[in-house]
Amino acid sequence: MTVPALKAKDYKSGIKAVWCPGCGHFAVLSALTKAMAHLGLVKEQVAVVSGIGCSSRLPAYIDTYGFHGIHGRALAAASGLKAARPDLTVIVAGGDGDGFSIGGNHFLHACRRNMNMAYIVMDNEVYGMTKGQASPTTLPDWSNSKMTPHGTGIPSFNPAAIALAAGAGFIARGYSGEPSELTRLLVEAIEHPGFAFLQVLSGCVTYRPDQKQWKEEVHSADSDLPTDDPVKAAQMIQAGDGKATGIIYAKRFPVWQPENRTDAEINEIEKEFLL
Amino acid sequence: MSDRPSEAISKSYSVAITGSGGSGAVTTGRILLEAAAQCGFQGLMTRSAGPQIRGGESAAMVRFSPDPVECMGDEYDLLVGLDWRNVERFADELPLSDKSLILSDPAAGEVPAVLRSNGAEILEVQFKKFASGLPGGRLNMVALGAATRICGFTLEAMEAGIRAVLGGKGEEVVETAIQAVRLGFNHDHRPRITLNAPGKSDDHWSITGNQACGVGALRGGTRFVAAYPITPASEMLEWMAPKLEKLGGSLLQAEDELASINMIIGASFGGVPSLTATSGPGLSLMVEGLGLALVSETPVTVVNVMRGGPSTGIPTKSEQSDLNIALYGLHGDAPHLVFAPLSIRDCVFTTQWAVQLAEHLQTVAIVLSDQSLGQSQAIIEAPPARELPLARKVESEPGGDYQRYAITSDNVSPMTLPGTAAGMYTADGLEHNPHGTPSSMAVDHRSQLTKRLQKLEDFDFGDDWAEVQGEGRRCIVTWGSTAGVVNEVATWLQAQGSAIRIISLRLLAPLQRDRLMDLLSDSDKVLVVEQNHDGQLFHYLHSQGVLPANAESLAQPGPLPLRPGRIIRALSGGN
Repeated sequence: MTVPALKAKDYKSGIKAVWCPGCGHFAVLSALTKAMAHLGLVKEQVAVVSGIGCSSRLPAYIDTYGFHGIHGRALAAASGLKAARPDLTVIVAGGDGDGFSIGGNHFLHACRRNMNMAYIVMDNEVYGMTKGQASPTTLPDWSNSKMTPHGTGIPSFNPAAIALAAGAGFIARGYSGEPSELTRLLVEAIEHPGFAFLQVLSGCVTYRPDQKQWKEEVHSADSDLPTDDPVKAAQMIQAGDGKATGIIYAKRFPVWQPENRTDAEINEIEKEFLL
Repeated sequence: MSDRPSEAISKSYSVAITGSGGSGAVTTGRILLEAAAQCGFQGLMTRSAGPQIRGGESAAMVRFSPDPVECMGDEYDLLVGLDWRNVERFADELPLSDKSLILSDPAAGEVPAVLRSNGAEILEVQFKKFASGLPGGRLNMVALGAATRICGFTLEAMEAGIRAVLGGKGEEVVETAIQAVRLGFNHDHRPRITLNAPGKSDDHWSITGNQACGVGALRGGTRFVAAYPITPASEMLEWMAPKLEKLGGSLLQAEDELASINMIIGASFGGVPSLTATSGPGLSLMVEGLGLALVSETPVTVVNVMRGGPSTGIPTKSEQSDLNIALYGLHGDAPHLVFAPLSIRDCVFTTQWAVQLAEHLQTVAIVLSDQSLGQSQAIIEAPPARELPLARKVESEPGGDYQRYAITSDNVSPMTLPGTAAGMYTADGLEHNPHGTPSSMAVDHRSQLTKRLQKLEDFDFGDDWAEVQGEGRRCIVTWGSTAGVVNEVATWLQAQGSAIRIISLRLLAPLQRDRLMDLLSDSDKVLVVEQNHDGQLFHYLHSQGVLPANAESLAQPGPLPLRPGRIIRALSGGN
């Protein structure tokens, strides 16, 4: 008996999202369910893991196993889960504050640990859930937050450059306004054997209405990308405007995964303590 | 009444070995303990060192007896000075009496006045001169030979001890050490010990508290550990890493403690019993994660090997000062399990019990070990395996309307694991309804708070919540490692015909209030003994209303261990 193929809507939980009307995250959710359907993922074999923030609400809206943890720690929880359960497809989702500020250290080490998981950062350059403060990707002169009335005055964080320097083997950028391209990138990220980092420009209609402008600014990456040359990737990332979509860098590194073998019993191990 | 219980009880002999960096004091102590074990004694070796990573002065303290040894005594019977450089830094850790013997090399200069002041006898042996006559000979081995004779050990036992400790360094090192030991052994002096060696036991273990917690974790089913190195817990992790690999599990060295705790929560969500080990600063970082585990009802165990605090504190020395953070560190109403092993041997059972209870009750367990247990080497009777009927309730065939946080009769909800069809849910740190859907409704918050409290309050923890010894209207209440010295006091008082009851708490939360009050109901004098400055257990017990108004506190901070005489004086109303 063949099991009927699941459609994208079959991966939706039916729980109503808390997001504002017009939020870019709806498109990310939709693209993710399409990617899952495209890959034919068995729902109960998938775990979607997140931290805290608007985008981190995503697991509840997907009908798989989900883990909505604490602020900044999604990658840590996902890494433990994957280490213990290599059979699962692990997808991590979150925002720019969660991933690059409070969770920045885990981002670095997840890139270099290279466990097999996809990490989707819905980047809107703002803290939405706490009502509009600057995030690490906010430009230094954005002064619309009461908390930083003169702007942050410090350069914004370049996620792709950091990921490359930290050793990630898959770096891509998508845009919520280009859903079919985003679906393709999600499929590639989930299929990549190792840690796959996908930054999604996903605008905040409430606190960053200026991001409507992204529609005009976003463009496809150069046709000679992706590259597997880290020097070229670094040049492209540093010279770019941060609005180019596509896979920037793809290279296979050894995947870290503990071997779960059993070749002893506890009582044998305990014999080492005998005199 | 004498205030020297350890001398009076005491079928025990205590040796301290001191020396400056590179003199080998700790190695000497290790070998002496192994030799005692070869003679059938049980024993304990603690160590004291400065903060240097390598080198610097150090001291090894060894105590052995035909009976279990769970603390150091009031004084040392023998002090071996390999040299006297910087010994002043240890002087307050090396109490001597007029019955003590100091073994000293005249070439190292005069025994410092601070050590001679109690009238100890001095025996001179030329360690350095003997060692220099032997190619590769080391003076600490000559000193060890002299100590071997004084302790009444046979040369055969000492040779076996040398092989146990130095065997990994090759036959030449072992042979040279044996020759040097013989030189010291054959020097003209006599045994000073009256203990009869019981004869080597096939059932004794040589183990540290950190290793014993590791054994307990494995016995309890732990198969995933994520952790960040920290003194004095690292050895537990180093011991576990290769063992987990052999048992189908793994250890992941995390980037920090925030990662450690969240990694084990993730692994446990996946169905694998998971643990981390740390010390105070690490526990402080983990606290937010503990709340997540508690609210998402994902079982995890944290072994916290306490050291002097707060902040960086005294990393290499012991203190029982993390009770407050273990009990109260979490924000919100956050009931969970807190345990403390009562000895190195008990580290095995208590850790196993903690891991299995965390699994069974789907909650957080914190195990408060400490440096004095963790980094001390003990010779103990092998702890027997105990089968505990405690395991995670897993729902493998959920029905149509699976509710992850269903309110059940025992308030523990069967849990599905990823991979189980029809049981999908999102674990969440947000308050939720029985389905696991986030909810800020009062009814859901109240019912889930009650569920998480009652699953602990209603559980029958049985008789293992405390060790109770003796009868009488005087009572000492203590917890964790301090139980060792308190038991020694009780044994001594009881041998003198003086009645006393000892209650050593292994389960600190949830406090077994009724059981404790029942035991205290006929006490007219209660003393709460612990190794911290502020009396954390004393205040906790008062807050729970279990102590009589006239209960007294003996709270002594680290790094000095509580000694029997100190407790005797407190019982008599002195300081």
